[in-house]
Amino acid sequence: MTPTSPLNDPFDLLDISSQVGEEERDIQATVRAFLDDHVRPHIADWFETATFPRELVPELGKLGVLGMHLTGYGCAGTSATAYGLACLELEAVDSGLRSFVSVQGSLAMYSIWRYGSEEQKQEWLPRLAAGEAIGCFGLTEPDHGSDPANMSTRAVRDGSDWILNGAKMWITNGGVADVATVWASTEEGIRGFLVPRGTPGFTTHDIKQKLSMRASVTSELSFADVRLPDSARLPEARSLGAPLGCLNEARFGILFGALGAGRDSLQAALRYADSRIQFDRPISGFQLTQRKLADMAVSLNTGMLLSLHLAKLKEAGRIRPEQISIGKLNNVRAALDVARECRTILGANGISLEYAPLRHANNLESVLTYEGTEEIHTLVVGQALTGQSAFR
Amino acid sequence: MKIVVLVKQVPDTAADKRLDPDTLAVDRGAVDGLINEMDEFAVEEALQLVEKHGGEVTVVSMGPDDATDAYKKALQMGADKAVFLSDPALAGSDALATSEALAKVLGTLEYDLVILGSEASDARTSLVPALLAERLGLPQLTFASKVEVDGSAIRVNRLTDYGHDVVEAALPAVVSVVEKINEPRYPSFKGIMAAKKKPVEALDLAGLGLDAGSVGWAGSRSKVLDATVAPPRAKGTIVTDEGNGGSELVGFLASKKFV
Ligand SMILES: Cc1cc2nc3c(=O)[nH]c(=O)nc-3n(C[C@H](O)[C@H](O)[C@H](O)COP(=O)(O)OP(=O)(O)OC[C@H]3O[C@@H](n4cnc5c(N)ncnc54)[C@H](O)[C@@H]3O)c2cc1C
Ligand SMILES: Cc1cc2nc3c(=O)[nH]c(=O)nc-3n(C[C@H](O)[C@H](O)[C@H](O)COP(=O)(O)OP(=O)(O)OC[C@H]3O[C@@H](n4cnc5c(N)ncnc54)[C@H](O)[C@@H]3O)c2cc1C
Repeated sequence: MTPTSPLNDPFDLLDISSQVGEEERDIQATVRAFLDDHVRPHIADWFETATFPRELVPELGKLGVLGMHLTGYGCAGTSATAYGLACLELEAVDSGLRSFVSVQGSLAMYSIWRYGSEEQKQEWLPRLAAGEAIGCFGLTEPDHGSDPANMSTRAVRDGSDWILNGAKMWITNGGVADVATVWASTEEGIRGFLVPRGTPGFTTHDIKQKLSMRASVTSELSFADVRLPDSARLPEARSLGAPLGCLNEARFGILFGALGAGRDSLQAALRYADSRIQFDRPISGFQLTQRKLADMAVSLNTGMLLSLHLAKLKEAGRIRPEQISIGKLNNVRAALDVARECRTILGANGISLEYAPLRHANNLESVLTYEGTEEIHTLVVGQALTGQSAFR
Repeated sequence: MKIVVLVKQVPDTAADKRLDPDTLAVDRGAVDGLINEMDEFAVEEALQLVEKHGGEVTVVSMGPDDATDAYKKALQMGADKAVFLSDPALAGSDALATSEALAKVLGTLEYDLVILGSEASDARTSLVPALLAERLGLPQLTFASKVEVDGSAIRVNRLTDYGHDVVEAALPAVVSVVEKINEPRYPSFKGIMAAKKKPVEALDLAGLGLDAGSVGWAGSRSKVLDATVAPPRAKGTIVTDEGNGGSELVGFLASKKFV
């Protein structure tokens, strides 16, 4: 493959793929080939019937997607760039699938890998990496979203054990998870606990009637006097900084991923605009359509440059949280705008599930809100600029 | 057991291919190259045999010096090492010349079994497996849809028009496989990362001790004299069924001598 191989066409106008190493491009191409063969043909049905394709999980494990950027314990140990590009390909199919991978790798596995004991790592990481087990990450609560520091879920010591009470809401993978990383406030501050499925007092309830992320499971977790040994506590997690550290990992994948949804929408719109004839010519020949297409291509290309820049900072170990906020803010906003604009190019056909853009747009509504809302990330950047926090 | 798999780099079948007007050979510079799809089945079969019986898999490829994607893909899938034969004088080799060069490479290797695809998607002669077996003086078991190894014996289902034959031979032997045989794995990320560190032996004609006159344009016994672009497919005929659909259809088939 020549270095200018147009892997991201038609959206690689700037030849950005030439900035990506061969190994990373091979990983990206492998993910894309796997998804084209096994996922893309079914995704519209899964979205419509609100089906999470659980049977794909071990296949993703075999490829090495789950926890791919972590080292040891069966994880592949790829670069941050490779992780980002894999997220991009996953989200080009559906944000729900990318959400599964983000939560499994960057929230569930990363919380154990970074803050867990050796026993916890040995017990869970190889199975989570292989896709033999599923993980979830419970931070958000019914009454506390953007403000997790005020969480109500509480863990109290009882002898050498802990008693956990409370509820978590909007938890990706919750209903299908074999283990939940649950954050709770304690006398000593915020702590994380690993709660296996089936622990007495721990129940889950899937959220129905979603208009977004339909191919992903989103659930409520309830804890009624759940007794946990101290060995269930993540020993290295000693403050809210721990769950926020996990979120930074996941957001990094999201800022690449969102561009995938944008790219897929743009591809669909371009194909359609070339073939749809009105007033005796393809609608791609009209200036207004070309303006839309050009604006979208410019926005996705600059988003990609931003992503690769942030990947370099991350690989150099010097990325800062507000830089990730800039990436998430810009790229999710851009992708959502692109998906909606593409829907207009498709006219009435755009509201059918036969075409991807509106499905992507609906999914991206969640992406705009989760892992820190658009507003909070804006205020994080504002705080970096002014030194004043406008949100807490 | 030691298995050698032969893999060819071909132009992407999805891309528009064209002939170089000067040489009348496929213009390989114009499109991305990748592993001949059938050869992925050959690699997969070798990997499965080694997973079952132990041993190692060596891939051999011959092509222009940038045709490295085919053997790289095989290494990423899990083959242990590669031998890459490349020399400007190999350009233009026909099937006979190709098989001569590949036989010579195999002469430098130890093996119990040689596996090939049944056909390369670009030139599609399906000749190389048989020519190679002949040159090596080994039994050829072609078009295999199933391979079993038992000690020093090999048994394959050989795909035929009417079903399959069961063919047996003693090892070493040459096998060519069809797509029915297995489902090739995707390279895992670990495989992709490990492939970079696997040994690749680069050979040229001098290193192989092969005379440049016996391969390439010079050594090929067949020459392409002329080539014509296939005419675009004519528009089909649409017959509206007004009770006469059946006889129209039979009439059409009869005119093409199908019935
Ligand atoms: C599909 C999906 C999956 C999810 N998966 C998970 C998961 O796996 N784990 C998990 O823990 N959570 C998950 N979430 C929850 C998500 O992280 C939260 O929804 C998000 O943090 C926002 O919280 P909230 O919904 O309670 O909104 P709120 O915090 O109530 O915010 C409502 C609105 O007020 C704005 N706002 C709030 N505070 C301020 C302020 N100070 N200044 C300005 N504006 C403000 C917000 O930006 C927003 O527009 C998921 C959500 C969705 C939709
Ligand atoms: C325009 C054109 C005209 C041609 N004219 C002639 C002609 O007149 N006479 C003639 O004999 N040939 C001709 N060829 C064939 C060309 O020389 C073939 O590429 C070459 O001989 C290999 O044969 P094949 O591709 O048909 O392989 P096949 O026999 O179809 O391939 C079967 C298997 O052999 C192995 N294999 C084949 N090639 C290699 C390789 N380079 N390295 C490693 N493994 C390999 C692979 O496992 C492959 O799956 C022509 C090709 C072109 C494009």
